[in-house]
Amino acid sequence: MSEATHDEVHRHPAPKGFIRKYIFSVDHKVIGIQYILLALSAVVVGMLMSVLMRMNLSWPGTKWPIMGTLFPTGAPNGVMSAEFYLSLVTMHGTLMVFFVLTTAPQGGFGNYFLPIQIGAEDMAFPVLNMLSFWVTFVGFIVLLTAIFAEGNQTIGAWFTKLGESAWGAGSGTVGPIGGWTGYAPLSALGKVAGPGQGAGVSLWIISIAIFCVGSLLGALNFITTLLNMRTRGMSLMRMPLTCWAWFTTAVLALLSFPVLLGGGILLLLDRMAGTSFFIPGGEFVSGSLIPNHTGGSPLLWQHLFWFFGHPEVYIAILPGMGATSHILSTFARKPIFGYRAMVFAIFAIGMLGFFVWGHHMFISGMSPYSAVAFSILTLSIGVPSAIKTFNWLGTLWGAKIRFTTPMLFAIGFVSLFVAGGITGLVLGQTSLDFFFHDTYFVTAHFHLVMGVASIFGMFAATYFWFPKMFGRMMNESLGKLHFWITFIGVYAIFVPFHAMGMLGMPRRYSNFGEYEFLKNSHSLVLFVTVAAIITVAIQIVFYFNFFWSMFRGKKASDNPWEATTLEWTTATPPPHDNFAGVIPTVYRGPYEFAVPGAPRDFIMQTEPEGVEVAAGLGERSGNGGNGHQH
Amino acid sequence: MGRLLGIAIWIITIASVAMFVTKRWWFPESISDHGPAVDRQFMITIIVVGISFAAAQIGLGWAVWKYRDSASAQRATYSHGNNRLEVIWTVVTAIVFISLAVMGQRVWASLHLNSAPPGSFQIEVVAQQFAWTFRYPGKDGVFGRTDPSLINDESQNFVGLDETAPNAKDDIQVATLVVPVNQPVELILRSKDVTHSFFVPQLRFKQDLVPGMKIPVHFTVNRVGKYELACAELCGMNHFKMKSYMLVLPKDEFYELANLPPAQFLTKKEELMAKYQLPQY
Repeated sequence: MSEATHDEVHRHPAPKGFIRKYIFSVDHKVIGIQYILLALSAVVVGMLMSVLMRMNLSWPGTKWPIMGTLFPTGAPNGVMSAEFYLSLVTMHGTLMVFFVLTTAPQGGFGNYFLPIQIGAEDMAFPVLNMLSFWVTFVGFIVLLTAIFAEGNQTIGAWFTKLGESAWGAGSGTVGPIGGWTGYAPLSALGKVAGPGQGAGVSLWIISIAIFCVGSLLGALNFITTLLNMRTRGMSLMRMPLTCWAWFTTAVLALLSFPVLLGGGILLLLDRMAGTSFFIPGGEFVSGSLIPNHTGGSPLLWQHLFWFFGHPEVYIAILPGMGATSHILSTFARKPIFGYRAMVFAIFAIGMLGFFVWGHHMFISGMSPYSAVAFSILTLSIGVPSAIKTFNWLGTLWGAKIRFTTPMLFAIGFVSLFVAGGITGLVLGQTSLDFFFHDTYFVTAHFHLVMGVASIFGMFAATYFWFPKMFGRMMNESLGKLHFWITFIGVYAIFVPFHAMGMLGMPRRYSNFGEYEFLKNSHSLVLFVTVAAIITVAIQIVFYFNFFWSMFRGKKASDNPWEATTLEWTTATPPPHDNFAGVIPTVYRGPYEFAVPGAPRDFIMQTEPEGVEVAAGLGERSGNGGNGHQH
Repeated sequence: MGRLLGIAIWIITIASVAMFVTKRWWFPESISDHGPAVDRQFMITIIVVGISFAAAQIGLGWAVWKYRDSASAQRATYSHGNNRLEVIWTVVTAIVFISLAVMGQRVWASLHLNSAPPGSFQIEVVAQQFAWTFRYPGKDGVFGRTDPSLINDESQNFVGLDETAPNAKDDIQVATLVVPVNQPVELILRSKDVTHSFFVPQLRFKQDLVPGMKIPVHFTVNRVGKYELACAELCGMNHFKMKSYMLVLPKDEFYELANLPPAQFLTKKEELMAKYQLPQY
């Protein structure tokens, strides 16, 4: 257990100027909000792209005049082209995975609440923290330029001219078309490999490399802060499960992002410096022989990418698991069930996550023997995942549930995590991957579990912590409306994806009309499109609620949810140094609800021992602490 | 709100399970010797998945229905967990999941951990952006030498066959995969440019074609007919129409074709395509 060293009362003054306070701030709370706003921006673009994709799939060849105006080369006369569709696929995936699912859960809520929940005044390295956000932001801008670079266009004639002058005539897409996985050698060959393989891909790689750097800086900061800056009494096993989740996520990020960074640099060298890390000899592309490359391995890229890529899905979802555990316990008014098991399960998922990347590569040409090993390890990761689910149900059993909006989303998370995660049992088997690899069954699986479940975790977190962050409550009626449509909507979108997978429908097809075996799919495709448009549209309610409540919401008290952890002991919103110079001391575990004999149905972590002593319960210090007993 | 949410979760569960149980959208019929084993393994898995899914969702729905906040002053149950339960569900899920994992290797092992059985008919598959070429070794049963520098799509030399090499003269390159029924087929998969993937849904088989690699795979088809071949790995803008057909012929008809010299092979193939009503690819 580490002792914080802030015995004397001292305060860091808040910066005065606007720029130091809101733009280049070193305050973890401001940085957290910056990350959240970044994610809120990226997700709008990503969602609109998914709507365009659905429109193209359901009504292929239809003229959308506005598309012709906005994307004169990508959608000539308003008809979306195949390469335009694929660039949407690529940008949607990249934006969502990197700039939404990796920013808001960790950089956003983690940044804001990890220091407060462990009783620290800030992150260990505030300047590094600022840098990690701004580096990530630069990565985001570079990714957006990839949209414009590739297509000599695109939003209107103005960008067309800009694109032409900067990069020469492009290929008419809205960005790179290699998918978010950017498989080499398609991504390594450059323009010769066809439309959407030029400058856009280079910028795409640069963007991701920059993102890796930003995430690494963040991960270092999280780990150091958590290990060194816990306040007096905050032993590891008294930390809220959110902190465990952010910590594990940071460890995963620290170990996986460098690999992608390295891979990205090698890929860039292949494209720009004529190296051959991923390009084999004897390539014959678009009618001509590629003379200058030899000896590279396309599979090497896949190994490097997925060594990062698989931990990445846990980076996306672990913070959601943490938030869900935290919120379930709070609104169940009941201690989390099996705190220790939850901690071990988080860590087991994180560590096992490094040994299963090969399940993305069963049919890649990798050794079939290693596929067997990866397959068995993959299914064993279901065990800690199941443990978490059981413990969430255990937490709800015998509870006294308050159905607030954050609680609804947390329950939604559990439901979606089960629905999405469980098909991993199908996809993780080599013999079944013969059929399901790269079909919509896969798309269904990862959208439900790493996409939608993670987002539900973040919705829950937003509704839960908004009052602390902005001093005002979000509107509950709008929140519930948002929950109901979104919850039913995401199921309506992604359950039918499984049916498409059963037919064998391949991913990343801009049109299904070429194939007899997909002719039975039209009603499914249309149904999903309608569900997607409704679900995306209802997010307007969320955005409205978010920004409206920031200024007009009901004033929040310091602890509106009657929760127990340290963020609820301080002012709303917290002062610059979090605790106004008075660092709290922790006396008990994080989820002491419904303690028999206590005056209220919750005991804050800062309440000294004695509440229960008075009631004759003795030295019970809560979850995992001394005297923990079942 | 709790009751409503419980009902919503149950309805979603029933609808999702029904989608699988009714088999309204299901695998295309299997045509390979290993296909039924894949389908059987899928059935076992989907039953385990379905039961676990339904149990978890019904439990969740029950909990939110039953344990909603009421006006009573009674508090929630004060419990930090139960170690015995933790052990039970950990052990049970570990046994079920790992058994599934082990069972799920059977078909894979039979195809990938054994080399092609003796007497397999060899065909080379060469993928390129957005077309397939299938090379038959001709009467001598040996593939002639190839060299990427000899590739010439215009003169139909898609694989870069060295016409001067001894075994090359009778090699045949066609755009449709023709295979014999009830005989093991060994495909040697390679790609000229980027990664592609060989996928025939009815075959229950998929394998990437990777530039720089020659990947041998084998299977046996047991039904005559024509089946669509799709590319399943993103390979560029026309990925979605990188299509061909696999034509499965009775053995005698197949060998009549396979033993023909190149020019007659192509003529015969045209006849067969007309007979089986195959579009040109």
